[in-house]
Amino acid sequence: MSTILRLDNLTKKFGPVTAVKNLSFSIEKGNVYGILGPNGSGKSTTLGIVLNVVNKTSGDFHWFDGSQSTHEALQKVGAIIERPNFYPYMTAAQNLELVCKIKKVAPNKIDEKLELVGLLNRRNSKFRTFSLGMKQRLAIGSALLNDPEILILDEPTNGLDPQGIHQIREIITRIAAGGTTILLASHLLDEVEKVCTHVVIIRKGEKLYSGPVDQMNASFGFFELKAANEEKLLALLNSHPAIGKVTQKGEIYTAFLEEPLEPEALNTYLFENGLSLSQLVKRKESLEEQFLLLTNQTAI
Amino acid sequence: MLRLLNIEYHKLRYSKSSKILITTYFILITFIALIASIEFQFGSVQFRVADQGIFNFPYIWHFNSYIAALLKLFLAIVIVSMVSNEYSNRTIKQNLIDGLSKKEFILSKFLTVVSFALFSTIFVFIVSLILGLSFSDYSEASIIFSDLEYLLAYFVKLTGFFAFCMFLGMLIKRSAFALGFLFVWWILESIARGVMEYKIFRDSNIAENIAQFFPLESMALLVKEPFSRLNVIQSAATQLGSEFSKDYGVHWYQLLIVLVWTAIFVYFSYLLLKKRDL
Repeated sequence: MSTILRLDNLTKKFGPVTAVKNLSFSIEKGNVYGILGPNGSGKSTTLGIVLNVVNKTSGDFHWFDGSQSTHEALQKVGAIIERPNFYPYMTAAQNLELVCKIKKVAPNKIDEKLELVGLLNRRNSKFRTFSLGMKQRLAIGSALLNDPEILILDEPTNGLDPQGIHQIREIITRIAAGGTTILLASHLLDEVEKVCTHVVIIRKGEKLYSGPVDQMNASFGFFELKAANEEKLLALLNSHPAIGKVTQKGEIYTAFLEEPLEPEALNTYLFENGLSLSQLVKRKESLEEQFLLLTNQTAI
Repeated sequence: MLRLLNIEYHKLRYSKSSKILITTYFILITFIALIASIEFQFGSVQFRVADQGIFNFPYIWHFNSYIAALLKLFLAIVIVSMVSNEYSNRTIKQNLIDGLSKKEFILSKFLTVVSFALFSTIFVFIVSLILGLSFSDYSEASIIFSDLEYLLAYFVKLTGFFAFCMFLGMLIKRSAFALGFLFVWWILESIARGVMEYKIFRDSNIAENIAQFFPLESMALLVKEPFSRLNVIQSAATQLGSEFSKDYGVHWYQLLIVLVWTAIFVYFSYLLLKKRDL
């Protein structure tokens, strides 16, 4: 597997504010990555640095094998960040032609990409006449013109109506199915959960986690328990070596695991100590709960 | 290099306002020819401007390059807006993301500046040649092609001025404010010059010596006003008992000053872009 992008201790300071702090991770070919983080966590700044529009304060990053300059590497990348930026007085096709000239690729794929994002019938309309959803789709089409090694999307569904969001997601899923590496920055969790295989989570410019989505949390899940004798349940749970924190919500007790524990084992343990349960559920945190857990570190 | 010019040409060719301004500029240059048709009665004497020798070789090179340079503001607007619109449309960001380096971006703008200056120079050359061949009293090749340094001065002057406009567009990012700043700068230069001339360095030419290094002043000095050089004016002045003794020539050090300014403007445009977070 080849590395497409590697970040080493990347740091960016805006005056006294540190927007990105010692960030390191790498992007491997063929995966779909999500960068998750609350608003203002440094997602866009990080992407801005690797895309040559924001100057890093310290640290380093390499595209591909590191033998090319950043702008040469970027000609093999497709990226859109924030709002779609095009020349308002040019038509869709004219704007894409310009991108082809910058990326040094032949303009023969323009119609194919416009078709892919459903804008072929508007190819000769001026960009300024487009709706936000159409602008965003044109931006994705433009990013795909060079059949990029990696597609970078920053909040691609921001500000779109539900239909627009749906269209964009469908396009992303289709591109991902074609084997293109994708890096998707978003604060919308279901978006990331639906399409990404890997996530990088950052908060206040610091990396909290990077790796596959399903191994995101080191936690072993939690139990939701209910019993008639609540005092005894609490005492038994607190004395079990595998169980850490226990919280209560109404009649339901939630016990967080510190090491793996199967429901049968817990059930047996409680029963042998003279307690019968009326409810026992083992769950893993959803991406949203895990995310909140990581970014907030307060309870669920 | 051709790729960069091609990119910039692509950006300009679809912009209606740029096209109108550029066309107007070149049409206005051809209107210099209209001066030839100015005629008026002076008592019983018929006065034709064309007969006063303004279209004589080699004087015409000086005259036309001076008049044509007055029109440079039209292209200045095009240049300022082609730079600042990249900021207001945020396309500069997209250009960089698409794989244009910051150096290439500045270079593409500067190459456009040079081509504007070059096309203007060639155009003025052709218009002057045609006018001269129609009206000049002299038609020897050696006279026709003498004093061509005025065209070189014109070219350098335009390049310098447009590079200044490009820099202001980069610096201020808003075309209207950048053009306003250009005007303010011109006033500041005039004030600085005036203060030096009439307050600090009275009765000496130190003020002049310093002012020739100011960017706009140095560009203005390259092609000086040609009117007082006309025979009519000269003889009128002699009759009135005063003598013009002015240096109308183009000097290498004046060219150098403007070229140094051009280099400074281009370099600082690059530095601005390099240091900026977009």
